[in-house]
Amino acid sequence: MSRSRLTQSNRTGWTMALPGFGLIAVFIILPFLFAFGLSFTNQRLISPNPTEWVGFDNYRQLMGVGVLTLEPERDDAGAVIRDEDGAIEYPRLRGFTRGNPDYAHLDGMREWTSWQWGEDRVVLLARDVVFMKAVVNTLTFVAVVAPVQAGLALVLALLINQRLRGINVFRTIYFMPVVVSIVVVSLLWRFIYDGNDGLLNNLLSAITFGAFEPVDWLGNPDTALPAIMAMSIWQAVGFHMVIWLAGLQTISPTLYEAAEIEGTSRWQTFRYVTWPGLRNTAVLILIVITMQAFALFAQIDVMTGGGPLDSTQTIVFQAVERGYGKQDISGGSTISVLLFLLVLTISLIQRYLTRERN
Amino acid sequence: MAQIDPSNRGLRLAVRYAVLVLIAVIFIFPLVFMVVSSLKPDQQLLSDTGSLRAFLPVGDISLDNYAAAFQRAPVGLFIFNSVLVTAVTVVLSLLVCSLAAFAFVFLEWRGSGLLLSIILATLIVPFETIAIPLLLIVNQLPWIGLDGFTTGWLNSYRVQILPFVSDGLTIFLFVQYFRDLPRELIEASRVEGASWWMIYRRIVMPLSGPVLATAAILKFLVMYNQYLWPLMVVQEEGYRPVMVGLQYFFQLNRAWGEIMAYLSLITLPVLAFYFVLQRAFISSIASTGVKG
Repeated sequence: MSRSRLTQSNRTGWTMALPGFGLIAVFIILPFLFAFGLSFTNQRLISPNPTEWVGFDNYRQLMGVGVLTLEPERDDAGAVIRDEDGAIEYPRLRGFTRGNPDYAHLDGMREWTSWQWGEDRVVLLARDVVFMKAVVNTLTFVAVVAPVQAGLALVLALLINQRLRGINVFRTIYFMPVVVSIVVVSLLWRFIYDGNDGLLNNLLSAITFGAFEPVDWLGNPDTALPAIMAMSIWQAVGFHMVIWLAGLQTISPTLYEAAEIEGTSRWQTFRYVTWPGLRNTAVLILIVITMQAFALFAQIDVMTGGGPLDSTQTIVFQAVERGYGKQDISGGSTISVLLFLLVLTISLIQRYLTRERN
Repeated sequence: MAQIDPSNRGLRLAVRYAVLVLIAVIFIFPLVFMVVSSLKPDQQLLSDTGSLRAFLPVGDISLDNYAAAFQRAPVGLFIFNSVLVTAVTVVLSLLVCSLAAFAFVFLEWRGSGLLLSIILATLIVPFETIAIPLLLIVNQLPWIGLDGFTTGWLNSYRVQILPFVSDGLTIFLFVQYFRDLPRELIEASRVEGASWWMIYRRIVMPLSGPVLATAAILKFLVMYNQYLWPLMVVQEEGYRPVMVGLQYFFQLNRAWGEIMAYLSLITLPVLAFYFVLQRAFISSIASTGVKG
């Protein structure tokens, strides 16, 4: 019998693959396509009004930004007017963003941030300030967590890869937080970061013999996001350590023996033997961490709820708050589509930057 | 080459171990604190945080916090729900994904290549980006059950199970593993007249222990720790899993002992499971990376 007769079977093949493919089609592909479609409508979870096609309105609403340069108010002689404290007075922003026909493109926008430029004040405006903050926070989170976590994970993997008695015990411990739910970890760390009786404050004040002033880590807009970053790295670094470790163990021992005969230094061995062997692992780890970091949600939901002052808002948190909390399915879907495009773009850039060069 | 001084070597070894132990402390202290604190009354728990006593089961030790946690919320029900949803999803997932992978690797059929590429492409879609439209879909899906024909899957076990039964990663793991199995074995059985279903059940599955363990562990971790999805689709207490059940304890700002007891209750079984099967756990994570 020919080989093709032996292995060919359209009916059995489809029957066996259909449950798996069908479930993926209904629960992943369909909602994925829906997300694109819904983002062009005004669909709500439960609504008395029929759904309407609104084109790019949702995207315009989320992504609209503008810049406005305010010139100081001057008196009749042309001198800059200052208030009692000496601060320059500017025309009110509302005059530009509320129904001013000369500035129609800024209509409905709010102040996102502003800075001084000589005597002028430059105002960055956004139609949806909270979403813009969420985007910036998420990108900051990814930009810090991805390299730091990948680097620390590699250091841990190199430590664990030593031939020492009892090394497996350490591997087991370093990996342990990965098994624990991020929700549990987040609640636990709320206690560690607590401003009054928190373990971290107590530890820091003990080390500095009481010189350290307690900080409300999660209640302060400057420290909340970094605190969440540190905790997220603590929880997930073991995961990537194990992937690095698997990569390390694929490097042939004969390469190390050759390096030893050559009398290379430790750094040289790492640079010319270990690192080239980890190339594929590095690409994979970077992409996996980036995808996980973009999905930042549970930590925010449990620890800060996006606050204080929107300093920990994230893209997924906003998608859930609108799509589920406010039942604004189309708004949540639009954010989801933007998130997907962002993840895709960054993965492609990473792939391009880390491509094989000949 | 320089001669290595034995005392120097001993010192180096000591430094290495010291570094390893120090890092281990960083990873372990929050979990020790969680379990130890769950045994203490709130007042003592708070005053202990100023010293090393925070990590030692000393003073007024009891299981009172656990009793209080069970009083506050139907903890047993939450654990039952999570275990049920996790177990059913893991079993269905192993079955459905291994069957599909079997068809992709061993059989030749029209559309096989296209279907597999589509499945693998879904790997770059984070669940978080489809959660909102999926909510709309499950809210309108029909179901035929004991109470007849109904619409909408919110507040049920199936809404927590079915979306997670089949996924690209699990199918990919099985495909990778099956590709390394000896094809001659399968072809020989075909020559002898065995049906595909028989080959799947009698030959391929018995050889698939390692990949079944890997897929089961990965799915177990995802399912037991589910949070975002059940938060959106389960409002009724009766179907709530453990992580969403935590919300009962969010509001208690100062009843930390009870919170720690609940956290310990839902975490310790997983940790125990991990310690027993740690090799399998670690190699399952590693295998997601090696060939990717």
